[in-house]
Amino acid sequence: MSNSTDAHSETIDFSRYPDDRGHFGPYGGRFVAETLMAPLEELKAAYERYRNDPEFLAELEYDFQHYVGRPSPLYYAERLTKHLGGAKIYLKREDLNHTGAHKINNAIGQALLAKRMGKKRVIAETGAGQHGVATATVAARFGMECVVYMGAEDVQRQSPNVFRMKLLGAEVVPVHSGTRTLKDALNEAMRDWVTNVDNTFYIIGTVAGPHPYPMMVRDFQSVIGRETKRQFLAAEGRLPDALVACVGGGSNAMGLFYPFLQDKSVALYGVEAGGLGVASGQHAARFAGGRPGVLHGNRTYLLEDDDGQILGTHSISAGLDYPGVGPEHAWLHDIKRVNYENITDDEAMEGFETLTRLEGIIPALESSHAIAYAMKLAPRMRKDQTMVVNLSGRGDKDINTVARLKGISL
Amino acid sequence: MSRIEQTFARCRQSGRKALITFITAGDPEPGVTVPLLHALVANGADILELGVPFSDPMAEGPVIQAACERALAHNVSLNRVLDMVREFRQTDSRTPIVLMGYLNPIEVMGYRRFAQAAAEAGADGVITVDLPPEEGEELNAALIEHGLDPILLLAPTSSPARIRQICDAARGFVYYVSLKGVTGAASLDIANVAERVAAIRAVSKLPIGVGFGISSPEAAARVAEVADAVVVGSALVRLVAQHQNDSMKIREAAGAFIASLRQAMDQSQAAKA
Repeated sequence: MSNSTDAHSETIDFSRYPDDRGHFGPYGGRFVAETLMAPLEELKAAYERYRNDPEFLAELEYDFQHYVGRPSPLYYAERLTKHLGGAKIYLKREDLNHTGAHKINNAIGQALLAKRMGKKRVIAETGAGQHGVATATVAARFGMECVVYMGAEDVQRQSPNVFRMKLLGAEVVPVHSGTRTLKDALNEAMRDWVTNVDNTFYIIGTVAGPHPYPMMVRDFQSVIGRETKRQFLAAEGRLPDALVACVGGGSNAMGLFYPFLQDKSVALYGVEAGGLGVASGQHAARFAGGRPGVLHGNRTYLLEDDDGQILGTHSISAGLDYPGVGPEHAWLHDIKRVNYENITDDEAMEGFETLTRLEGIIPALESSHAIAYAMKLAPRMRKDQTMVVNLSGRGDKDINTVARLKGISL
Repeated sequence: MSRIEQTFARCRQSGRKALITFITAGDPEPGVTVPLLHALVANGADILELGVPFSDPMAEGPVIQAACERALAHNVSLNRVLDMVREFRQTDSRTPIVLMGYLNPIEVMGYRRFAQAAAEAGADGVITVDLPPEEGEELNAALIEHGLDPILLLAPTSSPARIRQICDAARGFVYYVSLKGVTGAASLDIANVAERVAAIRAVSKLPIGVGFGISSPEAAARVAEVADAVVVGSALVRLVAQHQNDSMKIREAAGAFIASLRQAMDQSQAAKA
């Protein structure tokens, strides 16, 4: 196990980031066309007003409890632990949330904000469809019009989620431009927002985009880490030695890590999609294969070519298939507070099958990357050490993909 | 005096408004661009905006997105765009060229290296769509140092304080985006444009170009009545797309369209005088 902190990060007060303009060190910020500056200021002002407002927080807490089903359990994965023969493994069960993933935590938070801002229409981008489903769900609950942009390729590979969104009353718009995946869906959602700013709230699904989104989404998702800390202390009487989470845009990881950033004894591992292997070029490992640049309103690590054009990515998991990463992750990478690793498609499939067979839990292919990394890490740790893996979503949505990989027709 | 300043001065003297045309470099293929730029000038364009293709053009509507994709299919990089500017300059040393694109390709090249290379190639100004003044100090300083004008966008949503901030950071002219939305959107509210242009004039002496939503000679003539320059983009790029298999036809159709805008703008100015 590597030491996850260096001298630099020990003196940092993480609660003071980002700065007023949304910077995490050199990352983040606000890189958008002028038309979006005013709506982003309006959003920031609204969020600043409500983020510590007792009434807003009470409403959010009520929905977390009674609608989402929080707190989600912290589950000791005993058979997985014994199978690996190392550190004791706990799973944070975000897969048990309403709609089956952590995405609902943020969608509820932003929808409550939209309601207070008087916006009657919400839009979202989605990759795997989990954020789209979460947004369509809260839109149904609050009686808002909902449009979800989804890359045409993702519409194909995540058809069950497309149908769920439609059942919930959302309009799903397939995006045919560019690589026809999540990044293009995000472009299209931004274009909608810039055209309809007066009545529309854009619910971004991850800790990326222009300020204040990375901060706001992190804050809403931090319920994961706060609960984990409380639950782990109750179960073990101390803090875990390691936390593991997959990183696409990085919202489930940021939500788990954020309340632990100041706890130097806790090693943090973010797991990117290694696809067919970083050397193959077919992956979404921004830290292993990318460099800093500007996309989607923020400066962060990107996969790009030598001319600054954004590259297509590959992952078995649509939710990790994104060429950028949240700017706070970029900063945590540079200051070495979080270790970023990558897991290939094949390794993720092995994690998927192992957890399913040993614990009776079918993980999302995104979360399977975190499981697969935990399977590498746990045996390198002592038996008296502990880790928490964020099981960010359930795998029902992926059964078609898994069946296809196995050559089975359903 | 810069080429952009000279152009606006010339337009003022001759009582006409500037016509600014936008095409995407390398659309539909690299060989088309430089002859097309010359054709635009021959038909009445005063300033040329040359779009630098980007894989994720977040502020563009479908017409210019498709143009970016056609150009990128030919790997038209920022370096190749600068080559086109250099080639254009061999036979036209008078017409300003403004590069318009997104920040990331410039980040990769490096701000200072880009500013130097763009100036050497013969560009006159740079519009970086996704770079608001708050984040743009370093690039804008590098551009100014190399004699290039950073041209900034103003939107209907810009507050009076921001209008002032943006005009302070801009050089050459400012570009008022006349509607909320992406490039190529349909409607244009001329009374509203007149009001906003007056608000910009109250705080800045820079010439004001107005773009987004101008697709006909009539619209161009009406905008010319309130602005210093009329910017036409998507309507022109649409013609390029229509004739993409025939570069001669592209020049003819684009030239005829620009000539029609020129004529309508000049007639409305003559009627005013």
